[in-house]
Amino acid sequence: MFVLVPMGFAVYYSLFRWRGVGPPTEFVGLRNYTLAFQDPIFLDALRNNAIIVFGSLLIQGPIALGVALLLNRRFRGRAVFRLLVFVPYVLAEVTVGIMWKLLLTGDGTVDALMRSLGMGGLVQAWLADLDVVIWTLLAILTWKYVGFAIILLLAGLSNVPDELTEAAAIDGASWWQIQRHVTIPLLGPTIRIWMFLSMIGSLQIFDMIWVTSVPAVRSLGASATMATYMVDNGFFARLWGYGNAVAVILFVISFVAALLFQRFLLRRDIEGAITGRAK
Amino acid sequence: MAVNSVLPPSTGRRQVSWGTPLTYALALAIAAVSIAPVIYVVIGGFRTTPQIVADPAGLPDPFVWDNYARVLTQSNFWQQAFNSAVIALGTTLAVVVLGLAAAFVLARYSFRGREGLYTFFTLGLLFPAGAAILPLYLMLRDLNLINSYYAVILPQVAFSLPLTIVILRPFLSAIPRELEDAAAIDGASRLGFLWRVAMPLSRPALVTVGVLAFVASWNSFLLPLLVLSDVNLHTLPLGVQNFSSQYTTDTAGVLAFTSLAMLPALLFFTLAEKQIVGGLQGAVKG
Repeated sequence: MFVLVPMGFAVYYSLFRWRGVGPPTEFVGLRNYTLAFQDPIFLDALRNNAIIVFGSLLIQGPIALGVALLLNRRFRGRAVFRLLVFVPYVLAEVTVGIMWKLLLTGDGTVDALMRSLGMGGLVQAWLADLDVVIWTLLAILTWKYVGFAIILLLAGLSNVPDELTEAAAIDGASWWQIQRHVTIPLLGPTIRIWMFLSMIGSLQIFDMIWVTSVPAVRSLGASATMATYMVDNGFFARLWGYGNAVAVILFVISFVAALLFQRFLLRRDIEGAITGRAK
Repeated sequence: MAVNSVLPPSTGRRQVSWGTPLTYALALAIAAVSIAPVIYVVIGGFRTTPQIVADPAGLPDPFVWDNYARVLTQSNFWQQAFNSAVIALGTTLAVVVLGLAAAFVLARYSFRGREGLYTFFTLGLLFPAGAAILPLYLMLRDLNLINSYYAVILPQVAFSLPLTIVILRPFLSAIPRELEDAAAIDGASRLGFLWRVAMPLSRPALVTVGVLAFVASWNSFLLPLLVLSDVNLHTLPLGVQNFSSQYTTDTAGVLAFTSLAMLPALLFFTLAEKQIVGGLQGAVKG
């Protein structure tokens, strides 16, 4: 309800050309929507969101699975390693963004490190090159959010009964075979829930993009996302009607993606997994 | 030969001695990647900007405390930390109280439409809250709440409630009926049962939702950015962003401010790590 009521207003406002002062009067129908889809910057934002959604899933998933399996082994000091891996996830996106912005400045720390490792040829204008910036942002997002995937997977792993892995070991299965044929299949529900949360988060990503990439780069579309585009245009440029139209588009895309995902992948898991303690 | 016969032939043992150094090496590498940037920022705060420019990856030489002292005495750091704390505590308190009340009703009362109402809340998890930010701003403006703590607290509470209810309700439904009957025989009303029996029993879950709400509020940026234009109400994330764009040339100062802003979240997380992980564990239990 707390989302639905504002979204109702958004649909209403989105039909007007409105600067946010007084009641909206200049009815323009669906023109804001057609304008949005004709704006190359908005299309860039859509593409960037797609890069972040799929990039996050494809890169974070395997890394997180590997790390979670590793940290699920019993060894001394495991708890400390688990704690350290989660650190990036706890920090505010803004803090992380500012931090990486400083590390990635021209001739800054990252560049110096790469040169001393003999990779000077790979140095880029990380946050200023229009073709590079979105991949840099994706890398930072991966660094920050892979810890979340690891927490979820470790939680899922703790529910895999020891009896099963022990039985497999007695039957002569190697560590890899046990992971491959026993543990990972049992993680299915956890992996799907993580994919779902990651997807919804990626579609709405704002904070990190906003503080890390300079407005000039963002306004050219190289690093804009739907959310930064919406706030840039609706709030700061005071194109309230237009901004609300973008909000409705963002809402519809996210909600449809969520419904499709739920319909095809999560149907059983939501019941069993989120409310698992019920029964 | 004699040595060989003493050594245990078990392959299991050998696997451990093989696996452990590799495991440690991998785990160390992963941990290093996770925290090296953070450590760099904290250490960088002890250097001077000319030092950093001359040798970006170096160590402090000499150590300077000046940046941290400057941030703590001259910037708005304390004011912003206070604002963040008020908003985070207010949000947490309201989320826990309202979430507990709603989850209690949904778990322990039977009434028509109860499951429908619960499904409604679980659907709330699917709604993208970020998309609602512009109309939300307009609503808050019409209610004259812009530039007040409430402008951040109220929407945050509303957006946290679905998850809170979804986590809390199973805990409350799992309390056996007999306990409620026993409490009733001892003269406890339903509210007395909630206060004296249900609440203590579901304390781990309450701590979890409290911690999640607190951390989310402490780190939130978009909502405060739009609704708190008054500098005196700014929270720490806004402060970090402002400080870094205001003093672009003072790299060392920005590093110091950034590390100080990270500190509370890190401390809080270290103290509450068990609860966060435990809570998520409950949430993905299948």
